[in-house]
Amino acid sequence: MKALSIRNLTKTYGNGFTALHGIDLVVEDGDFFALLGPNGAGKSTAIGIICSLINLSAGTVRVFGHDLVRHSEKVKQCIGMVPQEINFNQFETVQNIVLNQAGYYGIAYKEALVRAEKCLKQMHLWDQRHTVSRRLSGGMKRRVMIARALVHNPRLLILDEPTAGVDIEIRRSMWQLMREVNEQGTTIILTTHYLEEAESLCRNIAIIDKGTIIKHSKMSDLLAQIKVNHFILDLADRLVKPPVVEGYEIVQLDSQTLQVGIPGEKGFNQLFSELTRQGISVTSMKNKSNRLESLFLDLVGG
Amino acid sequence: MRYRIALLTIVTKEVRRFMRIWPQTMLPPAITTALYFLIFGTLMGQRIGDISGASYMDYIVPGIILMSVISHSYANVVSSFYSTKFQRHIEELLVSPVPNWVILAGYVSGGVCRGLLVGTVVIGISLLFTTIPVIHLGLSCLVFLLTAILFALAGFINAVFADSFDDISIIPNFILTPLTYLGGVFYSVDMLPELWQKISLANPILYIVNSFRYGLIGVTDIDITVALTMIMSFIVALIIFSLYLLKKGVGIKQ
Repeated sequence: MKALSIRNLTKTYGNGFTALHGIDLVVEDGDFFALLGPNGAGKSTAIGIICSLINLSAGTVRVFGHDLVRHSEKVKQCIGMVPQEINFNQFETVQNIVLNQAGYYGIAYKEALVRAEKCLKQMHLWDQRHTVSRRLSGGMKRRVMIARALVHNPRLLILDEPTAGVDIEIRRSMWQLMREVNEQGTTIILTTHYLEEAESLCRNIAIIDKGTIIKHSKMSDLLAQIKVNHFILDLADRLVKPPVVEGYEIVQLDSQTLQVGIPGEKGFNQLFSELTRQGISVTSMKNKSNRLESLFLDLVGG
Repeated sequence: MRYRIALLTIVTKEVRRFMRIWPQTMLPPAITTALYFLIFGTLMGQRIGDISGASYMDYIVPGIILMSVISHSYANVVSSFYSTKFQRHIEELLVSPVPNWVILAGYVSGGVCRGLLVGTVVIGISLLFTTIPVIHLGLSCLVFLLTAILFALAGFINAVFADSFDDISIIPNFILTPLTYLGGVFYSVDMLPELWQKISLANPILYIVNSFRYGLIGVTDIDITVALTMIMSFIVALIIFSLYLLKKGVGIKQ
């Protein structure tokens, strides 16, 4: 079954700006799906429409077979939404935010208390349940929004840049939480600017640019398109000019640093043998950038 | 069942909100109305004498009670719903399977609760200055409730259109307050020149104040059937308009 099926979705705002030009998108049940795109590409508009925050101009959106326009309440029942920006009442306590959301979904108070406890414990927020939300750190506020989105056990969880602005430690723990939620059967759609995040978590991907889907494939298929991987090599000694090794692109960044492009069909051994032969000693090596990032920039012309 | 829980959640949230700030919501009307009764009723009222057979104090009590109901039911919804928009937690409701009528009913009920609670406090204050005979209890209660509903609805519409905090104070300051003072709270329209009597008939607050006054002390300038019909018509029109605005997403959806 398809968790999400979008056909010819178009959105033109009141000022005449068309944010989405008839996009098609399919997300399978149980998937962990990445929706990527540069700022202003149309990601948030698409998500806003799916979550009933923005009215569509044309096209159809179906969530687990329910049409968004004709059966909006059934669609809403299936979706949990974690928005980009903090959008809860900053004067409410953490527990009340989650309980209120449960109430909006028609969950009786006793049952809501049980669910709120489970979600808050899952997000490591149980100790803060009586804290007024404006006193929480940025990372905690994001986790409150995830707990709130999960309280009605949604079949489809939409995360719009959930880890934006949180430190690396919290980000990693949130990745783990998202994996757990997905493993429990919840379909997840993730938008993020951290492409490492998408590469690490998602199985399928769509890239949107200027309101059009320019790539829609499996993550593994997309990554297989990478022809050259770039690495940064730190050298033990200073170099006057970059070495030449046939079949490799080598650029000298400074006297002790090289950038090397390694084609997919060639390995590291030949490169290192040749560098050793030329008397060049490498002290460390790192990726120039995340693999997906290179592809992403190629696709959106960055 | 599901809608009832959602409605109860919104109402509870709203009541909790205004009770949390009770020194701002409950105390000022008690002080203001006590001053009204003291200055207009006791000090000046003795010199003004009776109006339509009622003492001036008794004459102004119904209007002053309704003034507090009007301003607080309106203020509660306009400030709460606008804050909900401003802080974007309206999105919590929009993503949830809550029908528009439940959203409207929830916010309006919150405003009605505050209006009636403040009105009850003001009734209590008025009893320190006079005794209220309550000639028609049923009518008085009905008008008391309908007034709170009508102005909670008006506050909701104001909040839907508001784009800034200025927008939520313009209507109360420049329209609601003048209409209230010109709605026959402190005088009988019979005391006005004929032209102004006719102009006053366009003021919905005139019908409300006179209906309530009739219920409490049996005095009115307006036919009660006409007055109740007008009030009910206003309520129905505002409900239809509010639901239309929510359906279209005016002010809350792009």
